[in-house]
Amino acid sequence: MSAEACHTCPVYSQSALKRLGVDVGQAGYVVALAGNPNTGKSTVFNALTGLRQHVGNWTGKTVARAEGGFTFGDKIYKVVDLPGTYSLLSTSVDEEIARDFILFGRPDVTVVVADATRLERNLNLTLQILEITDRVVVALNLIDEAKRHGITIDDRHLARRLGVPVVPMAARKMQGVPELLQAIEAVATRAFVTRPHRIQQRDPQLEHAIRQLVAGLERDFPGMPNVRWVALRLLDGDPSIVEAVRSGTLAHDQLPQVPTLTQEAPLPEAIAV
Amino acid sequence: MTQANLLETAARLRRELGDGYHDKLMEAIYGDAAQIADQSVSRDEQQARLTFDRWLDRALTHPVAGFLVMGLLFFAVFWITITGANVPSSMLADFLLGVVYNWLHMGAAALHAPAWLSGLLIDGVYMATAWVISVMLPPMAIFFPLFTLLEDFGYLPRVAFNLDRLFAKAGAHGKQSLSMMMGFGCNAAGVVATRIIDSPRERLIAIITNNFSICNGRWPTLILMGTIFIGAIMPPALASTLAAASVVVIAVLGIVTTLVVSWALSKTWLKGEASVYSLELPPYRPPQIWRTLYTSLIDRTIIVLWRAVVMAAPAGAVIWLSGNIFIGDMSIAGHMVNWLNPFGLLLGLNGVILVAYIVAIPANEIIIPTILMLTLTLGRNIAGAQAGVMLELDEAQVHTVLTQVGGWTLLTGVNLMLFSLLHNPCSTTIMTIWNETKNLKWTTVATLLPLGLAFLVTFLTATAARLAGLA
Repeated sequence: MSAEACHTCPVYSQSALKRLGVDVGQAGYVVALAGNPNTGKSTVFNALTGLRQHVGNWTGKTVARAEGGFTFGDKIYKVVDLPGTYSLLSTSVDEEIARDFILFGRPDVTVVVADATRLERNLNLTLQILEITDRVVVALNLIDEAKRHGITIDDRHLARRLGVPVVPMAARKMQGVPELLQAIEAVATRAFVTRPHRIQQRDPQLEHAIRQLVAGLERDFPGMPNVRWVALRLLDGDPSIVEAVRSGTLAHDQLPQVPTLTQEAPLPEAIAV
Repeated sequence: MTQANLLETAARLRRELGDGYHDKLMEAIYGDAAQIADQSVSRDEQQARLTFDRWLDRALTHPVAGFLVMGLLFFAVFWITITGANVPSSMLADFLLGVVYNWLHMGAAALHAPAWLSGLLIDGVYMATAWVISVMLPPMAIFFPLFTLLEDFGYLPRVAFNLDRLFAKAGAHGKQSLSMMMGFGCNAAGVVATRIIDSPRERLIAIITNNFSICNGRWPTLILMGTIFIGAIMPPALASTLAAASVVVIAVLGIVTTLVVSWALSKTWLKGEASVYSLELPPYRPPQIWRTLYTSLIDRTIIVLWRAVVMAAPAGAVIWLSGNIFIGDMSIAGHMVNWLNPFGLLLGLNGVILVAYIVAIPANEIIIPTILMLTLTLGRNIAGAQAGVMLELDEAQVHTVLTQVGGWTLLTGVNLMLFSLLHNPCSTTIMTIWNETKNLKWTTVATLLPLGLAFLVTFLTATAARLAGLA
């Protein structure tokens, strides 16, 4: 057996993981962690970065972004743990933080942490994220709990339908972390070409309206990757997207300073019970 | 102006599509999600349903039993904390305030250090710090892991569920029960947690009332007062039970205050209807006991203690200086205490307590050490007690100092508990409120409304006790 075989083994890839804590330095790639509340985003975050962010078994524990890093292979990855949201279509501050980061922050990979015991509801958010970015990995977490509930998930079928890698995990037991790392690397380096699922608009009038706006957006903001989603939000009259179009902050070269991206939680002694 | 064109087109298309657009989009998303999930998930119907989980949920969120269990669980947590902290607390006090304190003074004498220097460093900085550690470390090291275990298990969202109905009746957002829970650890964290509330009106209510969740810095004060003033009424066998009960009563009173103030605000200043939302009850998870013990000890206990120590050291210096620098025939602290004493007594407190609360604005953690140091320093001057007496303060001796040197009664103890519950938030929390609201008016309201309420309530209890001839 050659050494080559080792490199494809998940156990090997785990040993190639170096946790950097908060010392991110010059990150090659930015990875965002998104997902419904209480699906284990912070547990996955801690598993990747070696940080000990407080993990709570309840909804709404993370309301600000937490950042950390790791190296894998020869690349440095910065990980951003976003607040949990059910959707990207509403307006509370925590949902806006998550939405703005995925939209304006343009992470290289967005890991959607999904709860295997409640797949359908988790897919609602996953599909919305797939409308915004095609560089997604789905971490199908809590697979052990699903098994306990008698739920089996055909993750290959799921991956085919979503068009992105799906990694079954039990992050609390560190199961699936090596596989997740490989998937993140594959999507970040574009070794894995995703073919993201698009929401089927069955209404011809709506489809027409979207196409018209997409054409306009592509003309005004050439090279913007998520025109379809921006078009959907413009049709909905989303005030922050309308504002971004008006002020031109949607354009790629003006992106780095989006207010919510620099907004840090003022928590010097954030001790949460 | 192509952007303007684009927006006009969008607005026109939006009008053409009509109101049904948003629903159509949601329908499309939900339809796709349901279809994909349906094809990927298979369920083993034979597998035992999680009847235990369901049974537990029914009990824990029952309209009557839910509240009973809640009271009992919190009572158990405090009882274990109070009984468990007794012995290590007095051992620590013996060691830090007895043995080490004497060593330090002997060392200072051997080095011929001037009296003002050893006084400032040993009687000021060191003693305040040592008191903070011996008063706070044992209860925190027991309380935090217990609370974290409850959280890990998934109990806190059930509490939120129980309280949700009450919050809705108070005209507040149900998610406020979650930010309130967060406030039981740290009010600054609780204020940030209100970000989960999307309506600005309800978020402001949650921010203003978060102060009534007792934070880490205040639990030790309540536990100590409950132990030495209220528990002491009873024979020793029942003392810790009553002490724990008194702390639970204060915590429940905090929740009641939160509801009442929320209701009053939503009927006056912040009028409006309560929003509808969905609250998810997470599955019960077996707590990871060792991990919980480790993280709650490191992350919580040590961080809180460190903050207290950092605040206590300079406060100790300030207290010692103000107690030893004289203007006329009285120390600065003496002037302040005398000046505030009439007002303090009116509230069933005293001047020392009010001065301590001014010193402790940066951190509630140092209230008890500040009170003790002020009482002893001034008591020495006022009551003519000997310098350096009774430094190895265990709980019984704290009681002796407060009653005999400080002239405290049961009313003082009870009103200190009430004042601790209601008074203004600490400076970190005030800064956080400012950061979250960027509004001077609401920051001021969130700061002064609790303080006013604290004055009012303690004045009423003091007056009632005096009229009833109890104090």
